[in-house]
Parts: sequence; C-alpha cells; structure tokens
Amino acid sequence: MGMTITEKILAAHSDRDAVRPGDYILADVDLCMGNDITAPIAIEEFERAGFQQVWDPARIALVPDHFTPNKDIKSAGLAKKLRLFAAKHKIAHYWEVGRVGIEHVLLPEQGLVAPGELIIGADSHTCTYGALGAFSTGVGSTDLAACFATGKVWLRVPGSLRFVLRGKLPRWVGGKDLILYTIGRIGVDGALYKAMEFCGPAIASLPMDERFTMCNMAIEAGGKSGIIAPDQATRAYCEGRAQSPATIYQSDPDASYAEAFEWDVSGLSPQVSAPFLPSNSRPVEEFSEVEIDQVVIGSCTNGRLSDLRTAAELLRGRKAAPGVRLLVFPATQQVYLQALKEGLLEVFVEAEGAVSPPTCGPCLGGHMGVLAEGERALATTNRNFRGRMGHPGSEVYLCGPAVAAASAVTGRITHPEEVVSEEPPVTSERGKR
Amino acid sequence: MNGKCWKFGDDVNTDDITPARYLDTTDERELAAHCMEGADPEFVRKAHAGDLIVAGKNFGCGSSREHAPIAIKAFGIACVVAESFARIFFRNSINIGLPIAECPEAARQASEGDELEVDFKQGRIVNRTTGGTYSFPPFPEQLRRIIEAGGLMAFTRKLKGGEL
Repeated sequence: MGMTITEKILAAHSDRDAVRPGDYILADVDLCMGNDITAPIAIEEFERAGFQQVWDPARIALVPDHFTPNKDIKSAGLAKKLRLFAAKHKIAHYWEVGRVGIEHVLLPEQGLVAPGELIIGADSHTCTYGALGAFSTGVGSTDLAACFATGKVWLRVPGSLRFVLRGKLPRWVGGKDLILYTIGRIGVDGALYKAMEFCGPAIASLPMDERFTMCNMAIEAGGKSGIIAPDQATRAYCEGRAQSPATIYQSDPDASYAEAFEWDVSGLSPQVSAPFLPSNSRPVEEFSEVEIDQVVIGSCTNGRLSDLRTAAELLRGRKAAPGVRLLVFPATQQVYLQALKEGLLEVFVEAEGAVSPPTCGPCLGGHMGVLAEGERALATTNRNFRGRMGHPGSEVYLCGPAVAAASAVTGRITHPEEVVSEEPPVTSERGKR
Repeated sequence: MNGKCWKFGDDVNTDDITPARYLDTTDERELAAHCMEGADPEFVRKAHAGDLIVAGKNFGCGSSREHAPIAIKAFGIACVVAESFARIFFRNSINIGLPIAECPEAARQASEGDELEVDFKQGRIVNRTTGGTYSFPPFPEQLRRIIEAGGLMAFTRKLKGGEL
C-alpha cells in the first residue's frame, strides 16, 4: 500500500519506513514558530519547567506580528517578552517592527520553509506552508515550549482528503474563492483531524500566492494541514530563496484516502462567506444587497503582492464609496516595498484607502480597524466568527481581494465585473477626462 | 468528578471562549475572569468551580490560542464533554491537563443544569439527572503517558532526563 505525501513526510521525520493514519509519532521538527500572543505562554512554560537552553536557536522563529506595532502597554509587554527571550537564546529568526511581517507570509518569503520539511507553529494558520509541499500544522503554546526544549512534537498521523479541482478558473476567481467554496462544501469540521491534499489542473495552474491562500484556510475546515505537491511553480518560488534543500515528495498512485472529492471549478463565481462561519460561502451575486462599513484587504490569507495587484487593478482611478473605510495591509515589508515601487500604494491612497504597516491587527479584532456594534466589514481575512473583528454585535463577511476592492468602490458586496463594466476609470497618469 | 452542566452548541470557537481583546495577558486568573465570554457574557457569574461544560461538535475550533483551555481550567471547570473537539483545542487540553471527554451521546442527551459524573478510569459518564449512562473510549497509550506524567512539560522533562 502506498503513502500520501503527508504520510511520507511524517515517516521521514520519525525514523520510520512507513506511517499510517492514526499512528502516534514523536516527530523531529525542522522549524517551530510562535508570535507575540502565543510565544509568551510558551516562554513562561519553558522557563517554569526549568529548561536553560533551547534545542536549536537556528530552528526557532519568533514573529511579533499580532498586536504590533504595540497597540497598548500590556501588548508592549508581550512583545518585550519575545524580544528578551530572542536575545537571551540568540534566536536566529526574530524580526523587529520595521522588518517583521505577518508570520505565514514572512516565513516562506524569507526562505525558511522548504518542500518536504515539518514545521509547527503556535498559530492555527501555520498550515499555510503546505503550499510548498511541506507538512505544517498549528499547535498550542505548550507544544511550542516542548519543542523549544527538544525539537520534537507529538502528532497523530492524519488521514488525507484528496481534492481534485478541474477546469479553468474564470476571471476574478482565485485561490480564496476555491478554498471558501471547498469549506462551504465540506463544512467547518469537514476535514477535522485530516490533511487536505489539493491537486488537479486548476491547482497546477494556480500561482504560488494563491496556493498559500488555499492551504492557509485548511484549518477553517478543521484540517490539520493543507498540502500541494511540489511542481515547477514550487521550484521556481524556492529558487534562490529556500535556505535548506528541498525534499520532493509525491503521493503514491495507490495511496489511501479517507475521502476524495472532484469538482469542476470552471463555472465558479467569486465566493463570499456570510457570518458567522467560514462555511457559509455562496456566490457573490447572492449578496448584492449587503452594505458594508469597512473593507479590509490583507492578512496571512490575502496580504501578498498578487492580492494587492488584484485590488489595485480594480481601485485604480476609482475611490472608496462615501462611508466606506478601506484598509489595506501589505503582509510584509518586502510586499510593502514592492507595492510601493509598483505604484500600488499610490492607487490605494488615491482611492482614499488607508495603508497600514504589516500586522494581523484587524483580522482578530486586535487593533487597526476594530468594529463597533452594528458595523459590518467585508474582509480578505480568514474568520467571520461572532465578534471576530470587534464588538460581538458586528459582522464580518469573507471574500478574496477582487470582491473586496470592487465592493469598496460601491459600498456594498459587489461582483468585480460590475465595477469594470462601468465607465472606464480616471487615471492619474492621463489626468482627468 | 461530578458537577452541574452548562450546555453549548456546535462549533464553539476559541474567540467565543476567550475573545482576542483578552489576549494581552498570560495571567490565568485574568483569563478565567472572561471564560466563555464571547459565547455567554454571563457565564462567569452563573457558573461555579466544579461545573462541567457540555457542547456539540467541533468544540474549540478556530485560533490555536491556549488561553482558551487555560481560561476554562483556571475558572475551575472540572471537565469539558463534547460530541467532538477541534484538534488544536484537543491537544492543548491534553498538554495542560484540562480534562476533556469526547462522548457524542452523553453530550447530545444532556440538558443544561443536569448533574453529570465523569469517570475517566472506567470511561463512563453518568447523567445523574436523567439516569443515562454512556461510555467513551480511553485515550490512546501515547496520550495517557502525557496525561499521567502531569502534562506535556512534565513529560518533556522526563524525556530530556532520559526517563522515557
């Protein structure tokens, strides 16, 4: 019996020839990660247990990205705890504000993830790195503390779900729409304890940024991980970037899956998920009456360069509707700088949007865009739970960058086609028509 | 252990258990003071140490924040019984020693206020109010070793010390 890509990676990291779903393993970790919310608990647990030295300072990443730039005095204390621990233990991968970005965009961008690796992070969206053909999963703070000490993590080998996506994606439909659709089909616990393996022609033609978006939201279906087998696009992304060698695994033809799904996505509409679960996804056309107070473009899900390019394409020469607060969050300093060079930030500012430094801020109702009671946001983030972006009486709708940008222009949830089919926009280069 | 049960539905997420506005601390008493606040703002005033939380499917979904099981444990909840648990919440509970039991029938058939008795040795839940008796499978050997060591950090100390 063959193995899936996930089983192969887990076997290789636990000195076994083979593993099966349900096996418990104590696996060797290539990289572990924590942020300014989760790592402080890990640091306290590590120190309380009496450990003096970390297992390997080169394999630990500490990313102060959630409540930074420090939102208040207590959060500043959490960030300080990371800073002091990083200095004391000579942690190789620590970034201060001005260099830091959103963890799940930053780590791959900096080449800290290579295909075939095993990565854990005390953040649920750590499943993002599966886009590179790595096994990566979110864990808790105590798991991180134990990994600081030993470089190991206990794991139950997950069964795999296979998603074969066929067809050619229509314009304005991307990775975010595919994953919202998938979660809508299987539910928020449809992949509970499972690895979600994405493949098929629609995945093969999907750019890396959008593959990250898809694997990022595996957790919203309850998944342990999302994974896409490495191909030419993966190799191109890693070329000159990845700091460790790639190990390329592919699922065997006779690998066993808990369940397989096969969908043709050629006719898919851009998707929107209504409150209060990511699984409430339906075609954007069904939401055209929904008015919005705030649009957030960014996050570990959709704060990458291609997301900003898509948003700018729709916002160029247009303005956010009166009454709409448009917030744009480039996910890392590198994304920010490139967006600056390409004139994307200028587009957002001229559209009367506010551009923020990289932070997770509004996605979790932390800062930089918290909602008041009764307010409604449309966001390219990943969760629309009750109160997620602020007051328990506020609402979050989820979508991809194209729908977010188009909706910012109209003030209600809008198909991008509606905006582009209107009269051509005024462009700053050519002056006013 | 036995206590009065507080009933919640499916997909209770960690924002429900510990809203992000309380993530600015690692102090378990502070976290306990807001336990379940997103799902029921009155919870900390109504519930008492020794009570149980009983919920539907996918309890603890969403964010990995360990603050959520810490808040429940520090508040004094004796056990969480659910139809199923989200995986990060599950492992966090094992790691920090919050008793949890996955028992779909017991969870479905309990009503708020019922008196539940959970016996981990026997793998049995008795609903003293209705008389219903339910069994649930023991944790696998590997997890029992973590639980019996006193949580993941104690287990890790033993591992590093060569005792395991």
